[in-house]
Formats: sequence, C-alpha cells, structure tokens
Amino acid sequence: MSEVKFSKEHEWITVEGEIATIGITKHATELLGDIVFAELPEKGSSVDKDSTAGVVESTKAASDVYTPISGEVVETNQSIVDDPSKINSDPEGDAWFFKLKIKDLSEMNTLMNRDEYDKFAKESSS
Amino acid sequence: MSLKKTALFELHKKLGAKFVQFAGYEMPIQYNDGIIKEHNATRDKSGIFDVSHMGQLFIEGNEDLTKNLQKIFPIDLKKLQVNQSKYSFLMKDNGGIYDDLIITKLKNGYMIILNAACKESDLSIIKSKLDKEFKVELKHDFALIAIQGPKSKDVLEKIINGVSQLNFMHGNNFKFGSNYIYVTRSGYTGEDGFEISIKNEDAEELVNKMLNLGSKLVGLGARDTLRLEAGLCLYGHDITEETSPIEANLKWAISKNRIDDEFPGSKFIKKQYNEGVSKLRVGIKPDIKVIARESTRIFDEKNNEIGKITSGTFGPSVNGPIAMGYVKNDFSKLNTKIFLEVRGKKIPASICNMPFYRKKYVKGDNNVRS
Repeated sequence: MSEVKFSKEHEWITVEGEIATIGITKHATELLGDIVFAELPEKGSSVDKDSTAGVVESTKAASDVYTPISGEVVETNQSIVDDPSKINSDPEGDAWFFKLKIKDLSEMNTLMNRDEYDKFAKESSS
Repeated sequence: MSLKKTALFELHKKLGAKFVQFAGYEMPIQYNDGIIKEHNATRDKSGIFDVSHMGQLFIEGNEDLTKNLQKIFPIDLKKLQVNQSKYSFLMKDNGGIYDDLIITKLKNGYMIILNAACKESDLSIIKSKLDKEFKVELKHDFALIAIQGPKSKDVLEKIINGVSQLNFMHGNNFKFGSNYIYVTRSGYTGEDGFEISIKNEDAEELVNKMLNLGSKLVGLGARDTLRLEAGLCLYGHDITEETSPIEANLKWAISKNRIDDEFPGSKFIKKQYNEGVSKLRVGIKPDIKVIARESTRIFDEKNNEIGKITSGTFGPSVNGPIAMGYVKNDFSKLNTKIFLEVRGKKIPASICNMPFYRKKYVKGDNNVRS
C-alpha cells in the first residue's frame, strides 16, 4: 500500500493498485466531536477532485466530506452509516468512507504527506 | 472586545474544556468526554453546568413593586409565594418576546434569571417600564451553577443540608461556608435538578465538592441536546422578537386571569388566545436518521413551503434526530406528514409530541416536571 496522503479538507487517502481508500482524519474527528450521522456517495457514481462526496454530522454541526482525487466510487463503508461513532474511535483505520477507481493518479501529487498535514492541521487550528 | 470569563474558567481549562464564544463569554462547549457522554452522565447520574453567563437581576421592593412588575410580565405575581419561581417572558408590544426568564419572589423583592445575550438590554427595558425608583441590580459578583439529573438531589444534599426538601420551582437561602447561597429546584434538561446562585469566590469550591461526589461537568453542547430532548425553547432560535408565546405553544406560561389585563403585547396575546394562531411551534421527528438543523425549510406533501426548523440535533437519549420548528397551523396536528429540505433532498418527517424524552418516574418523588 502506498504512503498515506492528506487533503486540506482533512481527508486521508491510501492507494493500492488502481483503487484508493478515503476517510477523514483523526484531527477532523477531534474538531467535529461525537459523530452521529454519516452519508456516503453512491456506488457507481463518478466524483471529481475536491467535490462533495459525503457528509458527517456531529451533535454540533454538519460538514461535507470531499474527495481528494477523481474517480468512480466502487465501494462504500455501510458500517459507519450504521454506527457513526466508529468514525470517532478508528477514523484512520476501520472507519474509511469510500473506495475509488482512480481516474488520474497524478492528482495524488497535489496532496500532503503526514508531516506536512500535521503541520497544516496544527497551524489551521491555532 | 475581549471575552468575559466566568469564575470557573480556570477549572474548566484544567478539566480539558473546549471553549466557544457565547454571548460575549468564553464558555465550555464540551470537556474531554465529549457531548454524548456528558449528555448521558446527566440523564443517568448528575451533570454540573456553569451558567454564570446568565443574568441574575435583583429588584428590591414590596407591594408597589409587585403591582409594577405585574404590568410588565404576563403572569399573576400576586399569587406567587415567597421563594416560588415561575417561567415568564419580557414581551414586546407586538406580542413578540424580548427574552424568556424565571422570576422568583424573594422576601424583599424579586430575582429574575435572564438569558446571557439579552441581560443588558432586558435591564434597560425593565428599568424603563418601572415607574418608581426601585433598586435594580444585575449581580456580576455571583456565579450560577446548575446540577441536573436523577442523582443531583443526593449529591447536593450531601453538600448543602436541606436542599432535597425543596419543591420543584421553589427556592431558599442556604449557608455555604460563611456565605449565603440561593438554591432553586429547577433546570433546563428535563431532569430533576437545582440551580445555585453563589458568590464568585465560592463557586469553584462548590463545584469541586460536586465533582468529588461523582458528578461530571457538562458543556453547552450537551446542554443543548438535553434541553431539546426535553422540548424546551432556546431564546434567539425557538422564540424571538418575531414569535409570540401563543405561537410558541407556551400558552400555559401566561396566567389565565391576566388575559384581559394590560401588559406589553396583551392586545395581540388576547386575540391569539381567543382566535388561534396562524403558525405554531411543534416537535418534529425525521423518519430517517438525517438531522435537520436550524433554518431547514419545511414542506407539505404538495411541495408547498409551510414552515422552518428552529432547532435540530441528534438526541442521544432518543437515539435519533429530533427538531422543533414552526409550521402553518393546519399542519400542526400530531402525526402530520411533512418534508424537510436537507442538502437538496426532501426528507420525510412527522409532527410529534414533546418532550422527545421523558424522565423515568421515580416513586415517591414529586419534584419532577411532568
């Protein structure tokens, strides 16, 4: 599996072959608080880089989930819809959101690595 | 403008509070446990709330003052006993609401608890309507601490002997250390509980004692989910200068024998009381697990817009989304099918009874809001 990359909208993404797995970061879940609702993109739909591909809601507010790269949605994680609290307990593991068949792998180059993201997250929350 | 802090600010910080700006104050929205755990701690045991940002207005006077306040508030203050509290409103002449409040009769006057965002303007409105010079004071040297939940009675009784004898919506003076505190049996969560007016310098000691007895601090986040499950209004959202108490379905809070009297907005209230209203505040439950937040538009089956959501969240004890809002009166009947526009989609929902969550009845305990 490739190195995990991050978007400015606080999504993480890993790539395996032509399939990317996308979720939201631990930092995002800490900002959101207790997550009580998740909405996922439709399987088979095409999503463009940086467009809305889902929604999470905490007790406080709703936030859009964006896709960091373009592609076709090939799998969604129903278990986080059934139990949204999983997103708080394991955001960068079991609680992934959706998988994409990648359209253009070069879009990955626009994303941040772990160190860059940690620095970005620290700066944007201070 | 710098934010104001309550007497408990350092304690909140120590306990990992995340702060938000609220009505000019830096207030804890949650602590390390998070909103849902804090919510459940209140429903299952007891939660402590710092509500010191709220206004504590004291007006000194006797019968003249009662007569005077009777012209301001739509309740029968003459019937109010010493140490008894009532929910009421500061009204606009057009029938709208400047603020909702709790008024308590004291031996030498009245105590009025006001919303933080409104307290300064309430003060000048009330002053302008009093036709004699009474001593009117917003106490800034007092904190206001609430303890709510089924165990709050046991916790507080261990600290302040005698408080468990208070009836719901009644209060009294008690001794805490060398100072007097004023405790009322009241709250904003749908649970049994108390609100304590205490000198700023004593507030932290009181809260530490509650914490040592197993109570947990609860932030504004869970305060909102708790009050919404209890069907209670949040001023500035569910009730405003544009909604009347009758439209807000709070008719019960206007004393029947005052309907024909004069008070601000009385003409409109009387008309609405007798002839009905065109919009009404109702409870709303989405049929599916989607949260409809404030300002969500409400539609009927024929796609006509019939109202707006004023508060909406996920209710941890209900384990589902809940909301309240205003709909045209024809659609206010229980179980009416409506649709909520969330992110461009029409979500089916129904008008339902409030409260969304009803406290489990404790045998032998009549101090619970029904």
